[in-house]
Amino acid sequence: MAVRYVFRRLGFFLLTLWAALTLNFFIPRFMPGSPLQALRDRTHNKLSPAALEQLLTSFGFKPHQNIAMQYLEYLKNMVTGNWGISIGATMGEPVSTIVKQALPWTLGLVGVATLLAFGLGSLIGIVAGWKRGGKLDSVLPPVFVVTSALPYFWVGLLLILVFSVWTNGFLPSDFNYDTDLQPEWSLGFVENVLKHAILPAATILITSVGGWILTMRNNMITTLAEDYVRMGRAKGLSNRRIMSSYAARNALLPNLSGFAMSLGFVISGAILVEYVFNYPGLGYLLYNAVQNSDYPLMQALFMLFTVAVLLALLICDFAIAWLDPRARANG
Amino acid sequence: MTALLVDTTAAAGGSPPIRHRGGGLLTAIRASRKAMVGSIIFAVFCVLAVAPGLFTSVHHPNDLAFAPSLSPSAQHWLGTTSLGQDIWAQLVYGTRQSLVIALVAGLFATALSVLVGVSAGYLGGIADEVLSMITGIFLVIPTFPLIIIFATYAGKGTLLVILIVLVVTGWSYGANQLRAQTLSLRNRDFLESARVRGERRSYIILAEVLPTMTSLIVANFLGAALYSVLTAAGLQFLGLGDPNSMSWGTMLYWSQSQQALQTGMPLWSIAPGLCVALLGVSFALINYAFDEISNPALRPVRRRRAHRADA
Repeated sequence: MAVRYVFRRLGFFLLTLWAALTLNFFIPRFMPGSPLQALRDRTHNKLSPAALEQLLTSFGFKPHQNIAMQYLEYLKNMVTGNWGISIGATMGEPVSTIVKQALPWTLGLVGVATLLAFGLGSLIGIVAGWKRGGKLDSVLPPVFVVTSALPYFWVGLLLILVFSVWTNGFLPSDFNYDTDLQPEWSLGFVENVLKHAILPAATILITSVGGWILTMRNNMITTLAEDYVRMGRAKGLSNRRIMSSYAARNALLPNLSGFAMSLGFVISGAILVEYVFNYPGLGYLLYNAVQNSDYPLMQALFMLFTVAVLLALLICDFAIAWLDPRARANG
Repeated sequence: MTALLVDTTAAAGGSPPIRHRGGGLLTAIRASRKAMVGSIIFAVFCVLAVAPGLFTSVHHPNDLAFAPSLSPSAQHWLGTTSLGQDIWAQLVYGTRQSLVIALVAGLFATALSVLVGVSAGYLGGIADEVLSMITGIFLVIPTFPLIIIFATYAGKGTLLVILIVLVVTGWSYGANQLRAQTLSLRNRDFLESARVRGERRSYIILAEVLPTMTSLIVANFLGAALYSVLTAAGLQFLGLGDPNSMSWGTMLYWSQSQQALQTGMPLWSIAPGLCVALLGVSFALINYAFDEISNPALRPVRRRRAHRADA
């Protein structure tokens, strides 16, 4: 049973990845506006048509080749990490190098902020759901309904206004560290990096924590009405024990799968946040790639975003299967 | 965006549908303060969208008709932009497009999710396998990067491009929920009796299954509308909309590209953002209130009914 479940999930993983890669391949080819034109504009007609075509060939764009062959080659290149060469502002640099520079910043900022939001939100949700009708519970839900409907970029703009513009640069509002510093493992540098991360991280936290709190609270309330919780009370177990190992443990399961699902939203938010704060992560990179019609970079980034979401989904799936025998049976 | 997650429990728990219709719903909205606040905000925006001329004397808010960078005054309530446009007038006239995007994209996305979700759940078998696989794929693929890329290729997004993109990417979450709900209804007695009566499938789905899911469908519409408002504003903010259109997202784009925050004109960026936020909040509040109406267990009152009995 469990083996079948694993295969099913892996199958879904591969299928979705394939669908995303296919979309990624066909959208540029069936849309008005061609990479060739974009490249010609970028180079101000200085390159000969032959040189242009050679550049395009480097990211798998061969207009004269059979489309099926192009497609197969593209798939092979994407999977093997052969992502071609940037034709945007950083022309000539391999896409993989550019991505490698930006990846740690996004993982650090968005990854940590998202995990923090999930953990914090679930914890507050557990307490709010447990103390039903208490002070916390009557104030929190409306507040977080509001915060979870706020646009990411607007919260970012507000934070910049209050903590940077009005306070004469109390906290930095752009980039990942001061431009006059050299990256090194020193206390001063790490402090500078953290300082630059505060506002963007706060933006992600503010806008995403509400959703977790609300779902977790609602799950808690539903779970608390279950018979086994009543059973626990009847046995005379301590409140703490019932709350954590009877109710919260079960209420967390749906939240975990929600976590993986919502990563797509988190990525979209992250793009806007990185844009607002000029934070040189993958999202900012995507924005720049779009601005400069850097097609190879766009393709690679979109694939990476998809893989990130799918990996998280897979990990959550297996975590749930490990935690919850029912999921294994239904898989 | 994450507010979409709010109603998962209602669907997963197979909560009983609302028994009262029409008038009952109105009473319920009136009884919930959250729903009231949300509805009032929404109504105000509707009035602004229908008759913007009543609220400002400026009729062509995108014209560069005034002195640039004025601070708020009796003539210009929110001041003027650094390009010389009246901010208040832009705000009022921008309401229409944002509202239209929310409602139209929300409506079509919901229709699509009903179509796919209910068919998948009710038909079962291979149809279900295929449809839920497609739903799953759309649910997982990160849509915003896709939208950005799509909008770029399609030439800076006209309203139509933005609407299509929002519908294509916005339906899957609802379809997933509706499928789950349909599955839980599928073997109920009232559907069985309809089948025995020899009713056609289309009749059963339209007249028997759908009405019981009204609250979930409305919740999905609100969620999709919220998603559309935020995503469209984000796209326009990034400069992927039509820069000459009149909408809050476009205002945000111009204020960002003119460095409004750094040059002492915070109102130019904060006001349109606040409007987007308010419209989003109104959808989220109504949605949350709906959740409480359809799932009594979540109501704020300390009153526990034996609702699990009929689940």
